[in-house]
Amino acid sequence: MTTTAEKTVVAKPPKKRKERDFRIQSKYAPYARFGKYAALLLFLVFFLMPIYALIVTSLKDPSEVSVQRVWELPSTWSFASFEAVWPKLQDGLFNSVMLAVPASIISALLGAANGFVLSKWRFPGADFVFPLILFGMFIPYQSVLIPMTETMSFLGLKGGLDGLILVHIIYGLPLTTLIFRSYFSGISDEIIEAAEVDGAGMLRTFFHVALPVAPPAFAVAIIWQFTSAWNDFLFGAVLTTNKSYWPVTIALNNIAGGQSIPFNEAMASALIACLPTLLVYVLLGRFFMRGLMAGALKG
Amino acid sequence: MSDTEAIAEADVALPSVGVTLSKVDKVYRGGVRAVDGVDLDIEPGEFMVLVGPSGCGKSTLLRMIAGLEEVSGGEIHIGGADVTRDLPQQRDVAMVFQSYALYPRMSVQRNMEFGLRMRGTKRADRAEQATDVAKTLGLEHLLKRRPAALSGGQRQRVAMGRAIVRRPKVFLMDEPLSNLDAKLRVSMRAELSRLHKRLGVTTVYVTHDQIEAMTLGQRVAVLRDGVLQQCDTPANLFHKPVNLFVAAFIGSPSMNFVSATVASGKVRFADVEVDLPEGSPLATAERQVILGVRPTGLGVAGNGHPVIRAVPEIIEDLGDERHVVFPVAAPRVDTDATRAAVDAETADDVALLPDDHARFTVKLGIEVAVEVGEPIELAINPSRLYFFDPETGEALT
Repeated sequence: MTTTAEKTVVAKPPKKRKERDFRIQSKYAPYARFGKYAALLLFLVFFLMPIYALIVTSLKDPSEVSVQRVWELPSTWSFASFEAVWPKLQDGLFNSVMLAVPASIISALLGAANGFVLSKWRFPGADFVFPLILFGMFIPYQSVLIPMTETMSFLGLKGGLDGLILVHIIYGLPLTTLIFRSYFSGISDEIIEAAEVDGAGMLRTFFHVALPVAPPAFAVAIIWQFTSAWNDFLFGAVLTTNKSYWPVTIALNNIAGGQSIPFNEAMASALIACLPTLLVYVLLGRFFMRGLMAGALKG
Repeated sequence: MSDTEAIAEADVALPSVGVTLSKVDKVYRGGVRAVDGVDLDIEPGEFMVLVGPSGCGKSTLLRMIAGLEEVSGGEIHIGGADVTRDLPQQRDVAMVFQSYALYPRMSVQRNMEFGLRMRGTKRADRAEQATDVAKTLGLEHLLKRRPAALSGGQRQRVAMGRAIVRRPKVFLMDEPLSNLDAKLRVSMRAELSRLHKRLGVTTVYVTHDQIEAMTLGQRVAVLRDGVLQQCDTPANLFHKPVNLFVAAFIGSPSMNFVSATVASGKVRFADVEVDLPEGSPLATAERQVILGVRPTGLGVAGNGHPVIRAVPEIIEDLGDERHVVFPVAAPRVDTDATRAAVDAETADDVALLPDDHARFTVKLGIEVAVEVGEPIELAINPSRLYFFDPETGEALT
């Protein structure tokens, strides 16, 4: 290809040749590249500003914290803020882990089963059931708050973490179902059929053939689910009556919502509270992009 | 050599079972009839090939035997038992898919053992059987690998091995060689034949490649638009096609067709007149026919046969033979049947020619000197002519 292109270009007048050069390296190219990187750098700084403020403020000595000096680096690095908020966050962090881990894993597993049945082991009416499940995504939290609390008290699950976990599992199902259905749609039907002919029924096909190829979809589903369960405030506030079951978001609110706001403590606790989500992203992130692509191309 | 013999002896002869399809239909929602009343009796241990152009229903039929496709009408029996409504896992058949459909997260060994595992075979037995089959297929050194780390040919053999390990009642193969390159396809074809001879398992094989069909099948079933046209041995399909479609589909290059008239014991087309062979049922007939001549039914003049003057238009030199295409001064035969058959052939130069004259292709040895545009004389062998009804396409015999 390239050789023929070169040959034809060589045969043409020099003006054409110049055009061809332009594609490879224009004389303006270095400036263009400089401009591009400058713009990107600008965006980068812009987006990193809040994080910079967060980190810098949390590392300042309480006496140094003020709105006027928010962009200044601390004169002395201090972990005092972290030490101060840790006792207030400890229980909340623990509760949130106990809440978000099962909520995301169980929701992903159930979503995987749903997605599998809706895409690869179809049953009559699957095309009707799927939109119905998806519809759950569009129900705002606030609109179900009252019936939900009543149902939970009726079930005896109000007040503790178990009820909260159940709510997050159910609320996560539409999205995890969607993720897994799209993902499984991209997998060849013949693999499923091969398992069928090999003697595997629905459950064994699901466990032996479908689940082993689904880690990318799990990464996507768990990241989403973990983040939403971790960041949830409303359900946590409504469903946990006892202080000892409060998730970290409520603890965070109590720190930031006092009469005089100690910026450094708010920043330090925010930093601590977002670390687990960050960790999940880092651990599962390399599957995340792959999973998203798999979902995007098919289904 | 002694190795192969040892393996052959080690194989326990399996009791083969037959497969019977009676009046099998497949109607899709929306009324598309993919398979239409197919009756087919596959003998125990037979290698049956289903062949036809794309969309003829051959894969659908195979998938119905596997149980992957619901049967709309008729019955399917495997080894005498009615399996029409059985699930695939209840039928004890093994299938090799066109895409191989290997389980991507399992090693070769686990892929091959999967069917046994699903049937509750003990771990040690599974491993032994998988290793045995891997040995016969030359896969032993690959047992621990994942499918992603295999070449196309190796994957194909794993797919084959996975089917063999199970020792099923019936092998079902859906164009298993079509993803291989041409050379490998030929050697795998031979290997398949050898495997079938050794294992003696009833095999149903789907392909659109008529050469594959002819070389592999003990019998070949030709399908068109979901209807079974003819099921017979490769030789009979070639020499006694029941209709225009089968005649046009089987053989490469395809049979040549021309409109002709039969009268007083002679057949005429263009400026050629040929005596009908002795005992021809058309001897006393007077009618229009479609005349068919195989590319090998024409030869160098000089043995007393009637002669046709040919001006070569295209010469394809294949090294040990030449395909010579020349026009005949008679209208081209263009029926649904010939078109349907030709569509399946990838390279049909005749179909691309501009005017509406018929084109004949003849196979000549390389000792015959031919030049494009230089007229030559070719003899027509009267005993190798085929006659078809222009209306129905049925063979007139």
